[in-house]
Amino acid sequence: MSVTLSAAKQARLVPAVQAKGGRIIAGGTLIVADLNYGADSVALITLDRLGFDKIAVKGGKVTLGAMVTMAAVARDRRLKFLHPVANSIGGPAVRAMATIGGNLFAPAPYGDMTAALLTLDAEITLHDGKATRKLPIETFLAQRRKLQKHCVVSISFAAPSAGTFHYVKVVRRKPVSASVVTIAAVIPQKAGKIKDARIALGAMAANAIRARKAEAALEGRKLGNDIIATAAKLIAAEASPADDAYATAWYRREIAPVHFVRLLAA
Amino acid sequence: MTKVPVEFTLNTREQNEFVETGSTLLSALRDRLGLYGTKAGCHQGTCGACTVIIDGEPHLSCLTLAERCQGKDVTTLEGLAPAGALHPLQQAFMDGFAAQCGFCTPGMILAAKCLLDRNPDPTRDEVVDAISGNICRCTGYEPIIAAILTAAQGMRKPARKRA
Amino acid sequence: MEYRKDYFTGTQTQDLTEVGVTRQRSDVLGHVTGKTQYYADRQFAGLLHLKMVRSPHHHARIKSIDVAKALKVPGVVRILTAKDVPQNIYTILCLIQVEPNDEPVLAFDKVRFKGEQIVAVLAESEAAARDAAAKVKIVYEVLPAVFDVEEALKPGAPLVNEYHGRNYFTYEGHHCRRVRYGDVERAFAKADHVVEEMYQSSPIEHAPTETTGCIVVPDQNDRYTCYSNTQALYFTLDNTALILNSPFQKLRLVGGTVGGGFGGKVDVITEPIAFLAAMLTKRPVKYEYSREEEMQVSSPRAAERIYIKDGLMKDGRITARKVTLYVDAGAYSRHSPYGTTKAAAHMPGPYTIPNVWVDCHCVYTNRTPSSAMRGFGVTIGDFALEVQMDKLARLIGMDPMEFRILNAYRDGDMKAHQKQVEGAALVECVQAAADLARWPLCDRSKTASSLKREV
Ligand SMILES: Cc1cc2nc3c(=O)[nH]c(=O)nc-3n(C[C@H](O)[C@H](O)[C@H](O)COP(=O)(O)OP(=O)(O)OC[C@H]3O[C@@H](n4cnc5c(N)ncnc54)[C@H](O)[C@@H]3O)c2cc1C
Ligand code: FES
Ligand code: FES
Repeated sequence: MSVTLSAAKQARLVPAVQAKGGRIIAGGTLIVADLNYGADSVALITLDRLGFDKIAVKGGKVTLGAMVTMAAVARDRRLKFLHPVANSIGGPAVRAMATIGGNLFAPAPYGDMTAALLTLDAEITLHDGKATRKLPIETFLAQRRKLQKHCVVSISFAAPSAGTFHYVKVVRRKPVSASVVTIAAVIPQKAGKIKDARIALGAMAANAIRARKAEAALEGRKLGNDIIATAAKLIAAEASPADDAYATAWYRREIAPVHFVRLLAA
Repeated sequence: MTKVPVEFTLNTREQNEFVETGSTLLSALRDRLGLYGTKAGCHQGTCGACTVIIDGEPHLSCLTLAERCQGKDVTTLEGLAPAGALHPLQQAFMDGFAAQCGFCTPGMILAAKCLLDRNPDPTRDEVVDAISGNICRCTGYEPIIAAILTAAQGMRKPARKRA
Repeated sequence: MEYRKDYFTGTQTQDLTEVGVTRQRSDVLGHVTGKTQYYADRQFAGLLHLKMVRSPHHHARIKSIDVAKALKVPGVVRILTAKDVPQNIYTILCLIQVEPNDEPVLAFDKVRFKGEQIVAVLAESEAAARDAAAKVKIVYEVLPAVFDVEEALKPGAPLVNEYHGRNYFTYEGHHCRRVRYGDVERAFAKADHVVEEMYQSSPIEHAPTETTGCIVVPDQNDRYTCYSNTQALYFTLDNTALILNSPFQKLRLVGGTVGGGFGGKVDVITEPIAFLAAMLTKRPVKYEYSREEEMQVSSPRAAERIYIKDGLMKDGRITARKVTLYVDAGAYSRHSPYGTTKAAAHMPGPYTIPNVWVDCHCVYTNRTPSSAMRGFGVTIGDFALEVQMDKLARLIGMDPMEFRILNAYRDGDMKAHQKQVEGAALVECVQAAADLARWPLCDRSKTASSLKREV
């Protein structure tokens, strides 16, 4: 086994290394755990010198560099609505290391921040070696495996208006553990009616997914117990959860509606 | 195995080491430097026994590549107090029966230190969160939480007097 | 802590000076300063790392083992198979006459549980050992497996362990550990209520923070020192001597510092093979479970299934208790025949019941061998008994605390095991618990005493 480590000088040079089997190491919380148990030879490349650890908030638009850590998000007063998300990931040591970029690639049941970014309709900026591209997060997630050969630069989204962002992560060990079900939702209302509701689920499929049927049930309606209950019935309709050490697929499906109701009714 | 040089501060001292590429800080501390206060319980980030402090924040040394510590400030349990002296957290863990087998203790104390350095007057919930990445299978978390709160109280007292 | 001296006055000496006094642990300074030396907190020049090739199957015949490719991995020093082990078949408790030997140090003809050790690879680095272990080629013929204790006892079930010839441990010619006292069937016929319930538990892993492991170092004069985190230094020493056909004085064990044990570190698994490896290579050898191995292959607490049938009178007296208990030993005995005996000794609980019938079966299945864990053989039985007690009390509308006081042992009562009760204290425990919980008790219960049964 031989592992080499180098620091990328420019984002555009990274995909060439990836094409030859090299891998980005960000916080390393997933990749080093792999190395500790695997025996693969791999060329690791860090983004430490690219200044990807910046958070920018301008005119309601938030841009998180790919190397921004969960701890940095949890410390940033401008991102209060994301604090519960960042603080639900690992313990403090994991949060100090785990990055936003790495979270986009985390396999279920991980990927809680990604679920939140999905409901925020985030846009991913990445470099494919030739040019920077921007992709809606949903498209990005659908091609996630392939895009592991590209370098994620940043993630941006419009900050949700006050009180519209909701988040719950169900865990077996308090206060933090890997997810049984993660639900993130943005429920904006216009003239008393729900408009453009977005709901994302974590740990309910190989990566974060939208619950479009539940969203549709909410659309144009007045937020109330009846409509929440109707949407709850559909919450796991598009899900394909797995059995793992934290929960069975059956259990995940059973409790997702319960927590969805509690989240929105609260 | 290729070796690369890395310079960092370890327990307030300059440290120059040659480490194997791809090797972890945990392995550098234990296997190269003989600092066994840092424990290995899982090599996958889940137990917290290998917690060290890097630039003031808790880090899992089993998931940190040694090479990436270049220029960083690393503190392990050995660096918590001068030889012969005890940090208030160490004293509180002793007095409060917060260590049974002792295997989780180094990680617990360092995770707690990061909290108290930032937040000298934590609530119980904040203490619980601070050690939420550290597994203890023997003592039970209650005595550990109590010890951290006791240490915090003790550390605040002198500061208040001065004020 | 409070030491209450007001119980049993006159029958106990009152000169205990340490009970009720808080004393600092003698080892705690080492714990808080990181100076406590666990087995792995040492360095040895030329240390070899041992990695196991394990069975991917629950039950399979081993057709062939090919280590040729693994030997070619750079850094590999030696590979051990069953042929290298002088006395390959052992059982830990042979030291206390538990027979027969039923477990191979390294499997050779068959594997009986998923994760069973077959081939030990020794290499200069962990990575090389892991790499090589993945290159050992083993051809299996997968056999039907059995995972349920009652299924395992049915005729025609796959035979798990040939050394027993049947899927259960034989106790002095009997198919289970038995207790017979009075006549339960007659008592059932006369009882106001007969209640039968089933209870079961899953295996429980100790998950110690420090995984199981050891380092064996060749000393001078063909002697070997093993640094281990075993909870059972002498079991380990004696079993290793037997397995290696080695005089005891050649083997030295250093230990006692355990990073969490809970009974999970009393089996003798890593040390014999590490000793052997050090003897054959003349180099220090480390065999340490990964977290995954700790979870998958180290012995858990046994799963149990327990049927309890009780005869109950309206006034609250239990007149008969029939218990059929199955301990899932997994593929090998380890400490389970002993645990099953403990289970039988523990029934019918701390209650005076005039008719008792107990059958405790130690059953072999293709699951991970189970072994010791904090009160093994007793804890799950207690869970079943006490849930049953609550159900009985509820059935006749009696307070559960009063119900326990009524049936609790009193000094002088005859136990189902034909031993007179001495030093009983359950009545007082329940009274104290009721007190703490501010649970009202009737006068009769309040004045009850373990010293004599009230009339
Ligand atoms: C104990 C523990 C608890 C955890 N708990 C949680 C949890 O509760 N919730 C959760 O969501 N996750 C959890 N995780 C998983 C993980 O820590 C996070 O998902 C984290 O965000 C991953 O980021 P990283 O920077 O550490 O990734 P790394 O390990 O550095 O990388 C992960 C993958 O992403 C790729 N990658 C990283 N950055 C980029 C980039 N900029 N461009 C392209 N590819 C990139 C890497 O090549 C690699 O394949 C936990 C992990 C551990 C060890
Ligand atoms: S050894 Fe690093 S978290 Fe367990
Ligand atoms: S004291 Fe043993 S793990 Fe905490």
